[in-house]
Amino acid sequence: MRIECPICGSRDRREFYYRGDAIALARPAPDAGDDVWDAYLHLRDNPAGETRDLWQHEGGCGAWLVVTRDTVTHAVHAVELASDVKRAMA
Amino acid sequence: MRFSGLRVLREGLTGNRGWTAQWRDPEPQAEYDAVIIGGGGHGLSTAYYLAKNHGMTNIAVLEKGYLGGGNVGRNTTIVRGNYFLPGNSEFYSHSLKLWEGLSEELNYNVMFSQRGVITLFHSDAQRDASARRGNAMINQGDDAELLDRAGLRKLLPYLDYDNGRFPIYGGLLHRRGGTARHDAVAWGYARGADQRGVDLIQQCEVTGIDIENGKVRGVQTTRGAIRAKKVAIVTAGRSGQVAAMAGMRLPIESHVLQAFVSEGLKPVIDHVVSFGMGHFYISQSDKGGLVFGGDLDFYASYAQRGNLPMMEHVMEAGMTLMPMIGKARVLRSWGGIMDMTPDGSPIIDKTETEGLFVDCGWCYGGFKAVPASGFALAHLMATGQHHETAAGFRLDRFRSGEGLMDEEATGSQHNLH
Ligand SMILES: Cc1cc2nc3c(=O)[nH]c(=O)nc-3n(C[C@H](O)[C@H](O)[C@H](O)COP(=O)(O)OP(=O)(O)OC[C@H]3O[C@@H](n4cnc5c(N)ncnc54)[C@H](O)[C@@H]3O)c2cc1C
Ligand SMILES: [Zn+2]
Repeated sequence: MRIECPICGSRDRREFYYRGDAIALARPAPDAGDDVWDAYLHLRDNPAGETRDLWQHEGGCGAWLVVTRDTVTHAVHAVELASDVKRAMA
Repeated sequence: MRFSGLRVLREGLTGNRGWTAQWRDPEPQAEYDAVIIGGGGHGLSTAYYLAKNHGMTNIAVLEKGYLGGGNVGRNTTIVRGNYFLPGNSEFYSHSLKLWEGLSEELNYNVMFSQRGVITLFHSDAQRDASARRGNAMINQGDDAELLDRAGLRKLLPYLDYDNGRFPIYGGLLHRRGGTARHDAVAWGYARGADQRGVDLIQQCEVTGIDIENGKVRGVQTTRGAIRAKKVAIVTAGRSGQVAAMAGMRLPIESHVLQAFVSEGLKPVIDHVVSFGMGHFYISQSDKGGLVFGGDLDFYASYAQRGNLPMMEHVMEAGMTLMPMIGKARVLRSWGGIMDMTPDGSPIIDKTETEGLFVDCGWCYGGFKAVPASGFALAHLMATGQHHETAAGFRLDRFRSGEGLMDEEATGSQHNLH
């Protein structure tokens, strides 16, 4: 499995650290309540198919990335800088 | 048909013509008292105990593939009762006791071999932690022995004791732990359930869950609709998808875990050896193959196959620990889909839908749990009450934060357990 880092180019999966669902970028307000925090921290769509998750190019530039990929075929469809995604969310 | 030594002898002398199919292949009925989705170890043991302990025999197990084709037939078969936290401790202790009587209980040889599980330690601090775990195991009524280096060397002379990075200080020996024959466990429970009247329906995928006014009414399947007032989701790595049919999101992320087996060798590894620092463990099957594995591939996956980096890591860890295995050839590798929870502990509970139950979140340790999980889920489905050995496996513990069972204290990241 290879991931196309927007900064470094195509690199081996071993250079990347996996964090989990890209839901991690949508951190709720501290007082959002139990249900919202439960959904953020624990509950997952967990799709068999296309998913978006958060990786870090740990062994490269260090950037956090949002990777759109397929959990059944392991194909990687798109890689964006998490900072760009965050900015678009704002 | 009962199995016995005499029977094997007689069949052997008469050309093995008297053996019959071990379970029926029934057509699904329009309605059952209860339906279990998933014919893996947990689903089949649940059906068995519903029939045996609670007299519920008008029930069905619906399996989309074939019985035992999921994780129950893909795991490395380690059975142990060395959990630590209240909630887990009494549950796995109960499961180990059920294992000890399982072949007799099912009249089916599950080849449970209590060869001992040894967990290595590599520093003074780890020795202390092992002693603490051992004491917890003894307090829960199970067994543990702390072996120093000399004691360990007598059992495992082939380890590299002076490894530069992880010198071996000793190990925690759990004598009653060991391995079992994975398929036999699934088949034994299947046969026992079938004999009591349970319909085991294969090639029957559940595609929808019918709910009316907050109550479950039945399921939609590739073989038609089936009505039932009680439905249990027991689908391991696929739990999230089946729960979504009932409008639920579960605290589960599915990950791939690989395992490997070598060509058959003469007996050389007599125990289960676990090398936590290398994320490596190994045992030798009764056929002679070295069965070994490591950690998750670490990214969410439904592929039932892993990638090469983890394979390389596992081989390296094996060579670090026991260089003697370097000449053995790897025969096969495979993967299974693991239902990972945020605290690494499972869920056996009711849901917000009346009559709908979930049994999931077994991470990579659900084989040893097969007997006790079915026992507890059957109890919950039949009586509406949590069984005392599984009362901690609540779905709402994540939201409330109360009663979390995070054995390794790695926090709420699903893949770190
Ligand atoms: C490589 C590997 C090594 C492991 N090693 C160990 C170990 O040493 N010790 C240990 O204790 N545990 C181990 N495990 C974990 C253990 O195998 C699992 O936790 C356990 O088997 C899961 O429960 P199960 O047997 O019910 O799952 P499964 O056998 O996966 O059963 C679930 C069933 O549900 C069916 N299903 C899914 N969706 C549907 C649907 N929509 N309709 C109908 N049916 C459906 C599936 O086809 C499947 O047969 C390991 C797992 C793997 C993959
Ligand atoms: Zn990079």
